[in-house]
Amino acid sequence: MKKIIAATTAAMLMGIGAATAGDANKIVVDGSTTVGPIAKAFAEYYMGKHPDVNITVSESGSGNGAKSLINAACDVATMSRPMKNSEKDAAKSAGVLPIEHIVAMDGIAMVVHESNPLQGLTIEQIRDVYTGKITNWKELGGPDRPIVAISRDTNSGTYETFETMVMKNAKIAGKTEYVGSNGAIRQRVLSTEGAIGYVGLAFREGVKALKVNGIEATPETVVAKTYPIARPLYMYTNGRPKQDTPLYDFITLSDSPEGKKIIEDTGFVPVK
Amino acid sequence: MQTSVEIAGGKVQSPSLLLSNRARLRQRIAAVLGNGFLLAVTSFSMLAVLFIFIFIARDALPFFQHNGLREFFTSTHWYPSAGEPEFGALAMFFGSAIVTFGAILVAVPLGIAAAVCLSDVIPFALRQFVKPIIEMLAAIPSVAYGFFALVVFAPLLQQQGGHLLAVAVWIIGLPSAVLVIIVLSDVAGDRLSDRFQSWARWGIIIILGSGALFGLMVIGKSLSALRIASGTNAFNVSIILGIMALPTIVSVSEDALQSVGRELREGSYALGATRAETIVKIVLPAARSGILAAVILGVMRAIGETMVVWMASGNASQIPQPWYNMLDPVRTLTATIAGDMGEADQVTGSSRYHVLFAMAFCLLVFSFVCNLVSERFIRRSRQKAGG
Repeated sequence: MKKIIAATTAAMLMGIGAATAGDANKIVVDGSTTVGPIAKAFAEYYMGKHPDVNITVSESGSGNGAKSLINAACDVATMSRPMKNSEKDAAKSAGVLPIEHIVAMDGIAMVVHESNPLQGLTIEQIRDVYTGKITNWKELGGPDRPIVAISRDTNSGTYETFETMVMKNAKIAGKTEYVGSNGAIRQRVLSTEGAIGYVGLAFREGVKALKVNGIEATPETVVAKTYPIARPLYMYTNGRPKQDTPLYDFITLSDSPEGKKIIEDTGFVPVK
Repeated sequence: MQTSVEIAGGKVQSPSLLLSNRARLRQRIAAVLGNGFLLAVTSFSMLAVLFIFIFIARDALPFFQHNGLREFFTSTHWYPSAGEPEFGALAMFFGSAIVTFGAILVAVPLGIAAAVCLSDVIPFALRQFVKPIIEMLAAIPSVAYGFFALVVFAPLLQQQGGHLLAVAVWIIGLPSAVLVIIVLSDVAGDRLSDRFQSWARWGIIIILGSGALFGLMVIGKSLSALRIASGTNAFNVSIILGIMALPTIVSVSEDALQSVGRELREGSYALGATRAETIVKIVLPAARSGILAAVILGVMRAIGETMVVWMASGNASQIPQPWYNMLDPVRTLTATIAGDMGEADQVTGSSRYHVLFAMAFCLLVFSFVCNLVSERFIRRSRQKAGG
């Protein structure tokens, strides 16, 4: 639904024409569904302070964000992966100079029930649990109890991160349960002894976050990039934004204390 | 309007009873406009149904053209977001079916029993008080049911599931066993001569009773030892959906029982039948088609429900092992449509988008057929009651 609204607003803006890229008081953001919530929260916060500035945020995927930036259909491309060389080449030939800004870190904690004695898993073990190769905690050194693997729905950015960083190309087993939000995973894991799930770092209260490859999931390890299920989230602009423009303010919001709070509230980790 | 009726002299004159031409025209126009408006409103709702069919079919067809029928109806592999997407919906069809079946198992015996109780057993004044309360179940929003299923019922099943099931088996099993034994001993006793009758009766009661008790104890014990790994499963959702379908079934079948009429009941009593015989042999058969319509409406309520199943069925796209294992998580068509809608790209019109419409179309066809059938049963029961 959000996407439909965003898509129609984007289409309307394009219909109006000249108003998209270039107008200083209008910022068009397009790209990743993972970064989308941050961009939306930033836009809400910034427009609340500067009512004369209009920011629209669409979520059409990282690849489409890059395409939009190259076609000058947006001012900011949000991406959950760095730009590929092929995209940079295409940008160069279109006369666009993509500049990379890291806005936040995305870390995913593997969570289990408090009573679970296990301390940590490797990425390979997690993958085997979700492909259905491992079905009992006893195979991982835990008690004799069936594993209830819980995943986010395929709509979510967290699912996308998990799929790319943990599952690689392996398919999640049919018996895996799906729920609609980070909070719902936490709720299920909180009340289910055999459960394992994955959530954004902000949703670890009351459940036990496992070490992955021996490294604890904390904001520090995520920022230091030692925690293996973590990745930077990017915003790309065409050229370095000039100071004192709304675009500059928008991009640098992630460095301000308010911006950091917004990032934490949306379940991500601020960079510095 | 002015009406003057002059009776004096036997002359009746009422000029204003006849409308002037203009007034008549005005009335004509008003009548045509009014009828036209009502017709438009009625046809609007009919057109809405038609358009829903057309638009859903229009978005469902590209999927079948592109991917064919085979994978959709025969595969359980549901990976809409993978590099090479797979759109097997068999597990979803199965999930919808088993959850609905479970809900019916819960709702039909309870619902019909409650309807009989309301219409034939309790006093009328009490019925006037109880029926609205049962119907209030229908007014509770489904997200509230879903929340209950997820936050209260699922953890309860995980912690106390085995004991809960054992208690349920006792509650259902004991009264039915007693009933069956009484009927059997009666039937068997009747065939023997008077001298052995009471002996035989007690013998049968003791033998069958201890057998039934032993059976219940064994089943109860093995269920008590059962541990349910995940409380969000087909069983959980079946119970909740059953409760949700209950008001529909109670309300419609109670109406059907009421419409059977006093004459049949009084005729039956006059022939010396007891109340139980009247209900079982006269009233229930006479109200059969109305009760069937109630059951079908209950089925539609259960199969179309989305929020509860999305929250509490586990949404695992698998066919449980073995298939009748209600304690495994399942995924239904409605929950899949709700859960996968956001990422389905309506702009490029990918298969991932159209497959959801294909599911919606199947659901629509199913409920359309159900509706036709129940309509038919309701009409038949009205005819019976009328003639």
